[in-house]
Amino acid sequence: MSALEFDAVSVRYGRLTAVDGVSLTVPPGQVVGLVGESGSGKSTLARAAAGLAPVSAGRVLLDGVDVRRLPRRRPLQMVFQDPYSSLDPRMAVGESIAEAMPPGTSRTARRAEVARLLELVNLDPDRATALPGRLSGGQRQRVALARALAGQPKVLIADEITSALDVSVQGAVLNLVREVQRRLSLSMLFISHNLAVVRYVSDVVAVMYLGRIVEAGPAAQVLTDPKHPYTRDLLAAAPSARRNLLDSTGDDALADTEPADPHHPPSGCRYHPRCPIGPLVHPDRTVCVTADPAGDAADRSHSAACHFAAAHPTRRSA
Amino acid sequence: MARRGSVWTAAVRTPVGACSAVLLALVVVLSVLAPLLWGDGAAAIDTDAIGQGPSEAHPFGTDSLGRDLLLRTLVATRLSVGLAVLATVIGAGTGVVLGTLPSVLPRRVSRLLTAVVDIAVAFPGLLLALFLAVIFGVGTHGAVLAIGFAMAPAFARLVQTLSASVSGRDFVAAARIAGVGRARLLARHVLPNIGEPLVVNATISAGSALLAFAGLSFLGIGVQAPDYDWGRLLREGLDGIYVNPAAALGPAAAVVLAGLAFNLVGETVAAVVGVRTRVTRRGAPPLPAARPALGEQPADAVLVVDNLRVAFPGPDGWTVPVRGVSFSVRAGEAIGVVGESGSGKSLTALAVSRLVEAPGVVTADRLEFAGKPLAAASDRELGTALAMVFQDPMTSFNPARRVGGQLAEVSEQHHGLSRRQAFARAVDRLAAVRVPAAERRARQYPHEFSGGMRQRAMIGMGLMGRPKLIVADEPTTALDVTVQRQVLRLLARTREAEGAAILLISHDIAVVAQTCERMLVMYAGRIVEDLPTGSPAQHPYTRALLATTVDLDTDRDQPLEVIPGRPPEPDQVPGGCAFAARCPLASERCRAEDPVLEPAADGHRVACWHPQLTVLSGQSHEEGAA
Amino acid sequence: MTTAAAPARLRGGPWPAFAARRLTRFAVSLWALVTAAFLMIHLVPGDPVRAALGMTAPADLVRAKRLALGLDDPLWVQYGHYLRGLVTGDLGTSMASSQPVTQVIGDRLPATLQLAVLAFAVVVAVAIPVGVTFAVLTRGGRRRGSELAFTSVSVFFAAVPEFLVAVALVALLAVGLGWFPVAGGDDASAYVLPVAALATGPSAVLARIVRVELLSVLGADFVRTARAKRLPARLVYVRHALPNALTATLTLGGLMLTGMVAGTVLVENVFAWPGLGSTIVQSILQKDYPLVQGIVLVYGVGVLLVNLLVDVVLGLLDPRSAIREA
Repeated sequence: MSALEFDAVSVRYGRLTAVDGVSLTVPPGQVVGLVGESGSGKSTLARAAAGLAPVSAGRVLLDGVDVRRLPRRRPLQMVFQDPYSSLDPRMAVGESIAEAMPPGTSRTARRAEVARLLELVNLDPDRATALPGRLSGGQRQRVALARALAGQPKVLIADEITSALDVSVQGAVLNLVREVQRRLSLSMLFISHNLAVVRYVSDVVAVMYLGRIVEAGPAAQVLTDPKHPYTRDLLAAAPSARRNLLDSTGDDALADTEPADPHHPPSGCRYHPRCPIGPLVHPDRTVCVTADPAGDAADRSHSAACHFAAAHPTRRSA
Repeated sequence: MARRGSVWTAAVRTPVGACSAVLLALVVVLSVLAPLLWGDGAAAIDTDAIGQGPSEAHPFGTDSLGRDLLLRTLVATRLSVGLAVLATVIGAGTGVVLGTLPSVLPRRVSRLLTAVVDIAVAFPGLLLALFLAVIFGVGTHGAVLAIGFAMAPAFARLVQTLSASVSGRDFVAAARIAGVGRARLLARHVLPNIGEPLVVNATISAGSALLAFAGLSFLGIGVQAPDYDWGRLLREGLDGIYVNPAAALGPAAAVVLAGLAFNLVGETVAAVVGVRTRVTRRGAPPLPAARPALGEQPADAVLVVDNLRVAFPGPDGWTVPVRGVSFSVRAGEAIGVVGESGSGKSLTALAVSRLVEAPGVVTADRLEFAGKPLAAASDRELGTALAMVFQDPMTSFNPARRVGGQLAEVSEQHHGLSRRQAFARAVDRLAAVRVPAAERRARQYPHEFSGGMRQRAMIGMGLMGRPKLIVADEPTTALDVTVQRQVLRLLARTREAEGAAILLISHDIAVVAQTCERMLVMYAGRIVEDLPTGSPAQHPYTRALLATTVDLDTDRDQPLEVIPGRPPEPDQVPGGCAFAARCPLASERCRAEDPVLEPAADGHRVACWHPQLTVLSGQSHEEGAA
Repeated sequence: MTTAAAPARLRGGPWPAFAARRLTRFAVSLWALVTAAFLMIHLVPGDPVRAALGMTAPADLVRAKRLALGLDDPLWVQYGHYLRGLVTGDLGTSMASSQPVTQVIGDRLPATLQLAVLAFAVVVAVAIPVGVTFAVLTRGGRRRGSELAFTSVSVFFAAVPEFLVAVALVALLAVGLGWFPVAGGDDASAYVLPVAALATGPSAVLARIVRVELLSVLGADFVRTARAKRLPARLVYVRHALPNALTATLTLGGLMLTGMVAGTVLVENVFAWPGLGSTIVQSILQKDYPLVQGIVLVYGVGVLLVNLLVDVVLGLLDPRSAIREA
């Protein structure tokens, strides 16, 4: 069991700061769910942990060791969003899986391990010789999971692993990931834009907005008693058969606010141009425009990055 | 790999494939055999037949030493083709090295290398070849090197572009995380995936090298006497063109044929490796099976669809992704169509909007919009009364025109407004769909809008007229949840304000349940269930879909429901019920007989031999809500 | 990130940066070109002067010539001289004719330019209408016969290099039918064959590109939107499809245009056209290196200018292109 820790990590691409000083811990054997909109930086954070994105400030620690000091083969593996692009179309799936195994494994041991892993992800071991083109999206995603497990990871990162799949397939993949995580006691960072999926899988939920984490805490608490207005907004927006679309939540003037531009993050609290409890609704709350609530977030409940985290009556948003 | 073989056989059967195979065989055979068979004859000097025109003995005539030009042309095949292939090998080899080095070398060196290639690639090959010919010297060796190296930058660029696109894909990232080193990454993952386009390009380049070589020899810079290739024969022929045009035309034809051979082979290879696919059409689309007529429809129906089928010609006959869909939409009603990808829901939306283009074929027993056959509706009527919203708001606007203009042209076209009046209306409509600062926004280009705002502008475009029906095909799939809610609300408000009916296509059953009164559930090109949202589902597929949907109330302690198997491909729909293979309730009858969508209780229609009338335990909350 | 709006600041913002980037690229390429042309003479194996004058030339003559060309100075001194000469318009002296290189180029350049510009005009006038017509006729897999005919004819002409077309034209129209002069001549008829020879291949290539690009644009989502607006077919093509197809065409067409610059070399040699193309070949054969250097430079600058022009036109036509790289 192993902990993954982000310590004030920033990722910059030119002038764009995709991830801005994020601190987050994935405790050993637990699942941390990371939600946010497109452009919030959640996938970039994952790629930084995997060494696929440049960490321009801060550190990513694996069991207290900076990942940059680890050997090339890290005990950290990743499953990607698009199963059509994450498997080499010219490599038999068994070979793709074997490639991720630690070096020095004998040929027969590799073959046996491939068969074992394929069975673990509920695929016929005979599929090892098949090219990805002959598999369905759900089957490919299982192969991708098997490949990740072949690297004998202690930490698994799942980046939007079901968003390219149909609902009927999504369930099977989620069940599998959950089962594997529990059986192998993996620490997992589970990234999704879908709050319902994150809720189902995660022990801890972190909400990301414009490169920052605005709220994080135990899943049940964050989702039933959200402290940050953005989390409340996400919960209210999740499509649900039980909620009338036109039930107005929040002020009408805010209903059609635009997502902010990550190239030009707003001053102060980054959420203030869209915030239903911010200066748009309460003109006296100028602190939102001038002061960054991230500084003393750790002192608030759920580390909420909001000056008025407690100012809103908490309620179940259903 | 048997399939691959049959693809090649099929490729050779196409006109282009056959031509290329024959030409290539001819070129290869000639370059091997001609010097052996006719080498001496081509070199034989005949002082009695100097500079003759075509005759029976010398079909192309003779040269200034009386040598037979037909034989010389044939014998020259080996040198001409051989040198071209050699130059291509040099060029492609150098290019692959130059193109792959940047991914292995330190960043600074590779940047310099890329910059050099970038500059060199801007210059046409012939200029580079002339430049290099000066350095390498006039003659065969110099020309081979010059042409080879002149080809290298283009190859290097191709390799760079291709490998950059492959390296950006997730399987390379996955291999990196797995600890695969750079060299192995290049050898096992990148190169195999760019091999095919490279081979295609090399083949076509061999054709160009052949022509370039002929050009250099023609200019006197390439092959020197006493050797001869087609280029030199051509030069000599041109000098005597008034006496004997055939002396020039013979080698010219040879160059062209050989060049074409390489080109066509490249095209054929490209077609086989799937750069392009051919469509073949076989007869008329299959006739729909007889189905009971839809019956009387409500008088206020905006859209009546009876036995709608959409068919596309495929390589093995017709595929029918929409196989007999019947429903109607009443004025002001919101109907959702749900289904997995490949269920035919989007094609149904296009078909009822009269937007399926050839080679697709749409047939229906009845297809009526606003009381008239859709086929007979005028463009003005459809342009003003039928609004469309598409999935991807980025690509659905013309990137080169301002948003306001794109809205305005509806009114210019259908309401006869002047450009200024139409623009004013466009601004008004943008404001109506809550685009802030509509006047300024109307003058912007689509890429200056955010995704949600583009989708609102798209709805605004539909409001340029007075829509009776808004067909929205996955309008929120590309959007974030908070923006999705905005767009769905806008659709709902628009429906209220305009009295427009909505046909909402979505893969997300919760979105449909939230927005519509009725939902049509599609599976494998059919409607399997038509139910009012809120009443319990009867079809096992609908129930399974509802059960698999994860929402904020899903029990975290239970595994999620799953549907085993996957939907059939549109060209492999089995007989009987298409869902039978995945259905826990399937019986012999289901596998043999295709159930028809039949009316059940209170506005419910279901196509199932075993409809579930009871509420299953554990699914109660879903059913109650849907 | 892609969906985020970037309002206001786009106005006028990216253009200066765009222009600066393009001009920088032009300057760097120009420098590379000049340096390559300078180095060419030094890359020739052996003594270029000896090579040019022949083995029989007396040693003093060779020495004098080397001195005159400054070949005995250190390389960087020669480079300095060369650059200074370029700035003052001095490209050296032809070893064969002893005329200043600039004068030779000045005499020959207009003939080449005439040929290239006329041929380019013909290519545009022929290829775009033909490509558009066949795209419209064969869209969505319609009229397979026309498609096959168009593809075969255009593949054929695209594959035949300009000097072969030239030879064929000479054989048929000049020798066979006697309609046009084989070479020389001052009247308009002297232009017909060279221009036709130069324009045929590029026309076929461009027509194919136009057709393919237009077909791909016709499959784009925004064309479906235009059809959903029930605009007349004419407007769908002219207003929505064509402008977008042309921007893509221009990118590829730029390459073809520079290819035509090179094509003049061969065509001029067939028709004994008194341009730069026939001169450069003669000077290569005579090893008249200063003249080769000069002409290579002129062709190179021509190519760079064409590329710059294409970039600027693209920036004007496509509102995204300037921003895309910003």
